Amino acid sequence: MEEMRILLRNKDKINPTSAQDYIQTGGYEALRKALSMDGQEIIDTLKAAGLRGRGGAGFPTHMKMQFAKNAEDDVKYVVCNADEGEPGTNKDRVLLTTDPNSVFEGMAIAAKAIGAHKGFIYLRAEYPYVFPILKEAIENARAARCLGDDILGSGFSFDIEIHSGAGAYVCGEETALFESIEGHRGEPRYRPPFPGTKGLFGKPTLLNNVETLANFAPILRNGPDWFRKIGSEGSPGTKLFTICGNVNHRGVYEFPMGVNLKEIIYDVCGGIAEGKGLLAVQTGGSSGAIINATQIDLPLDIDHVSASGGRLGCGTILVIDDTNCIVDIVRNNLDFFRSESCGQCTPCREGGTHLYELICKICDGKGTLRDMDTIVDLANTMRITALCGLGHSTAVPVLTSLQNFREVYESHLDGDYCPVCGKDWGN
Amino acid sequence: MVTIHIDGQELQVKKGITILEAARSANIKIPTLCYHEDQKIKSVCRICLVEIEGQRLLQAACSYPVSEGMVIKTASPKVIKARRNVLELILARHPQDCLNCPKNGFCELQDLTQELHMKRPIRYQRDIRPHQVDESSTSIVRDPTKCILCTRCIEACEDGQTIGVIGKENRGFDTIVVPPYGKDMNETVCVNCGQCVQVCPVGALTIKDDTDKIYENLDSGKILVAQVAPSVRTTIAEALGEAPGTPSAGRLVTAMKLLGFHYVFDADFSADLTIMEEGYELLDRIKNGGVLPMITSCCPAWVKFCETYNPKYVKHLSTAKSPQQMFGPVIKTYFAEKHKIDPANICSISIMPCTAKKFECQREEMNDSGYQDVDISLTVQELANMIREAGINYADLPETPFDDPFGLGSGAGEIFAATGGVMEAALRTVYEVVTGKTLEKLDFHDVRGLDNLKEAEVDLNGTIVRVAVVHGLGNAREIMRKVRAGTANYHFIEVMACPGGCIGGGGNPIRNWKKVKARTESVYQQDRDLPVRKSHETDAIKTIYKEFLGEPLSDKAHHLLHTSYCNRQDLLR
Repeated sequence: MEEMRILLRNKDKINPTSAQDYIQTGGYEALRKALSMDGQEIIDTLKAAGLRGRGGAGFPTHMKMQFAKNAEDDVKYVVCNADEGEPGTNKDRVLLTTDPNSVFEGMAIAAKAIGAHKGFIYLRAEYPYVFPILKEAIENARAARCLGDDILGSGFSFDIEIHSGAGAYVCGEETALFESIEGHRGEPRYRPPFPGTKGLFGKPTLLNNVETLANFAPILRNGPDWFRKIGSEGSPGTKLFTICGNVNHRGVYEFPMGVNLKEIIYDVCGGIAEGKGLLAVQTGGSSGAIINATQIDLPLDIDHVSASGGRLGCGTILVIDDTNCIVDIVRNNLDFFRSESCGQCTPCREGGTHLYELICKICDGKGTLRDMDTIVDLANTMRITALCGLGHSTAVPVLTSLQNFREVYESHLDGDYCPVCGKDWGN
Repeated sequence: MVTIHIDGQELQVKKGITILEAARSANIKIPTLCYHEDQKIKSVCRICLVEIEGQRLLQAACSYPVSEGMVIKTASPKVIKARRNVLELILARHPQDCLNCPKNGFCELQDLTQELHMKRPIRYQRDIRPHQVDESSTSIVRDPTKCILCTRCIEACEDGQTIGVIGKENRGFDTIVVPPYGKDMNETVCVNCGQCVQVCPVGALTIKDDTDKIYENLDSGKILVAQVAPSVRTTIAEALGEAPGTPSAGRLVTAMKLLGFHYVFDADFSADLTIMEEGYELLDRIKNGGVLPMITSCCPAWVKFCETYNPKYVKHLSTAKSPQQMFGPVIKTYFAEKHKIDPANICSISIMPCTAKKFECQREEMNDSGYQDVDISLTVQELANMIREAGINYADLPETPFDDPFGLGSGAGEIFAATGGVMEAALRTVYEVVTGKTLEKLDFHDVRGLDNLKEAEVDLNGTIVRVAVVHGLGNAREIMRKVRAGTANYHFIEVMACPGGCIGGGGNPIRNWKKVKARTESVYQQDRDLPVRKSHETDAIKTIYKEFLGEPLSDKAHHLLHTSYCNRQDLLR
């Protein structure tokens, strides 16, 4: 199966920091077009294209943009969320290191649409080597007058500042990200107010994922009809997928939305490594659903994956072979979430740790049926009571794995031997 | 206006208000925990959850705004279950030694647990934070094991007082509210104002309890001599369950006598004495080119703040001691001599609205009588505990006057309790001393009230004296910025660390602005009701200067009633 490279069109073909290279491949043409358009026309174009966010929630991009445009304020911001923290995910890094100008162009188009003149790229702390690439690329883009004052002679000004994170997963949550840029502890804010009306420094803010922004230029250049023809009806366009785990060919691939998961695993990635069997797949990163081997004939677009109990999220596919234990995988997930909770709200701060401890108890062969009930009750509570998405999604791998691998949990309760959790519990 | 439905009730409410506000307007109670009516919305405890039709998630009523057509359920089975489940998570982390917790009976978590009828056992492994109780401060006990991370104290200290002694460390399950860098409270810039104690819903921040010291001194046969601060008579009844602002000076004296205090004096007297010394000092500074603006020094939290953040500007502080620290040496010298009591046998106790007074009486400068001038400072909350312990039925007590020779103080001393009170009291006296005329209108309304900065001008025989009043250390920081820049064009500034002045102090019963306003009104009413309303006109003041001190700013007055300040800027390192 062939990749469809729209976002990765320049990967390994141009010097990523050279604005001139980018321009020679048709770069900044979309921006030039956008600069001659009314803000509303740009938003309408994205609306017609049906673009949805690529960071996690799959929210219609034009709606976010419309909120920020409608907000009345002299100062507005465009923020690029490059805090790619979802375990196993590398797609934003690939975009930023191979074609950063496509992201800048998207940000500038967004700025023109909502009336912003300043943008921030919030870069994941663990990507320090990306920082100089972005810095150089921004300087070159300024020199080419594609950023800065009077962009492309249009009179419109927009500039970008890079801001490094400090290593907290929760800062990928948009409002925690704002807090972090503002110099505060990275804790999410309650909503409403939403960022579109009150975001960074209290100003109307449009925040998009790297990949979402990279879609703006191709859409403007080729038109919404072109975009609609790619992908599935509810999720037009392509998607970057990071395939990780026990497959032969791991990596970042670009496919139209709706590509079949089974085909990705077996055709694109060469199947399970070392000839082992498939146990499970987790879609959308650590906060995604864990499905079993019988469920992988699944079109990967936003709505289909949601229907499976998880979400497409950032497009990360963790393939798990049958030498693993699902309870152990979930334990590992929970260990991640409990240490990444900001500690602000009760359900996530306390619940995350108790979930982890209960799962550990099951791993240790000391779990009871009552513990299983507690796990379900707690996970369901966290899902509806936590302050932000981190607390809501901690429950997802727990609940979906319980649904799809109930017998594995029960065999731990029964004291059956588990080769991974390692103990022959006997009686 | 928007139309909403709460629990089947149709309501017209203002657009943009929160669900909690809307529910309260309809007398529907939604339980809360981190919410505090005088503070920012936090939305972190997740107790005030409600169900909104069409939404999968439950929303926090404290932060979620109403919108047209919204249908809200505040007590559906889903909501009740979720609230209990969240509360269970809090309880799994909270020591359950309620019966011997200082907050027993006044704890918001206790109330909530009762309200939610939390009758089932906790399903999780108990995991109490392994941290030690920090009793290093003279005024505040910090027990991090009890903290529920509502962050009210952080806001009170950082946003309100602009100090930020405590903040969050670590994240997730390990999150904790602590002073920075593993410091104990006494090693920090904490000014002991107790505003954090006032907002803590649980027993994580409480007042250092010195009541046992009183019993010990009683037991050992000491003569217990107490001074009662102006605001105490306004808040003690409230601490014992009566309405905010109920004055009870007479009943208070009766109760203290029942508790075994031998002498109970009215610290309105020493407030009057402060006015005499401070007023004459001001006139002296104006006349002889002294350092101006002069700034009040009766608030020990403010004094420590100034010594820490503006050590070069302590020369602006009046050298006159606070009323508490004036009364101390007066008791152990003048009173002891007069009543032929060995000062070594006196236990001098102050009853204060203030936690910082505990710090002040232990300052090394405060030993001018040859002994520690004030031995123990008790807050209103502690005295209320003693009254309860003794089984005294406060509501039905007869009234007893304060003891002589200090008798009844003036209305000027009385209003020390409220922000602007010291200034107003000083102006009443200074005006008459300078002009020799009787002040026609005693009420200086310009310096009253709760504005952040209050200013006034008074014509003293052709000299215009400009004064300013601030309360809350955020406002104090602001005005010190002006003093440093040389743009504080005033002769005299009053600073009180607590919002609202002493009547809002950290040692009072738990405050909110509504209560502070009621207390303040009561203070000014008591001023109006007093026979003498000017400090220099009370008998006790006239007598002590005649018999003992000579005149204001005399050598003896300087020795006993004035002090010096130190540099504490190292606390910032």
